[in-house]
Amino acid sequence: MKVKFEDRPGHIRTPWYIRGKTGWVERIYGDFLNPESLAFGRDGLPKKTLYLVAFYQSDVWEKPQAPKDKVLVDIYEHWLDPAA
Amino acid sequence: MARGHHDIGGLPGASEIDRADHELSDWEILADAVNQALGARGIKRTDEMRRAREEMDSEAYRTMAYYERWIASIETILIEKKILTKDEIDRRLAEFEKEWGEP
Repeated sequence: MKVKFEDRPGHIRTPWYIRGKTGWVERIYGDFLNPESLAFGRDGLPKKTLYLVAFYQSDVWEKPQAPKDKVLVDIYEHWLDPAA
Repeated sequence: MARGHHDIGGLPGASEIDRADHELSDWEILADAVNQALGARGIKRTDEMRRAREEMDSEAYRTMAYYERWIASIETILIEKKILTKDEIDRRLAEFEKEWGEP
């Protein structure tokens, strides 16, 4: 999966350092109210699927301390695209 | 494109995290209690509080301590939802300062 590289206003749970990076789905947590909607006092619907996405350190950092270790990030479905 | 003042993961030059336990001040415990009470009453949600802190003036965000940011975001949300006005809060604050001195 590839994380969208976007700069949206509002409350975004996708950290800056992981935007635009490519990884794979490690686990599916389930469907949750959308925090980007809840942040403005709205109902959070429709629910969004939340994934645990894994990345190689070497794909995230310029100088990884342990290149074979993974970076694990919780990312909602609407921030993910299929990897090319 | 600009990253938010809160979104600093992976930035070079960050100082090491102080992992030592430290005592909370009374006002910090109170800030947490107010926050939880407002949550229990369904007045605010965590994501609203986070959004309020992320929208703060960046200079203010950087100079405030953790629970100071909490208090600022509680104020923002209470005003936004018309539960309190800025005037009411400022007036009460002036009363406290008169009685207890400036913080």
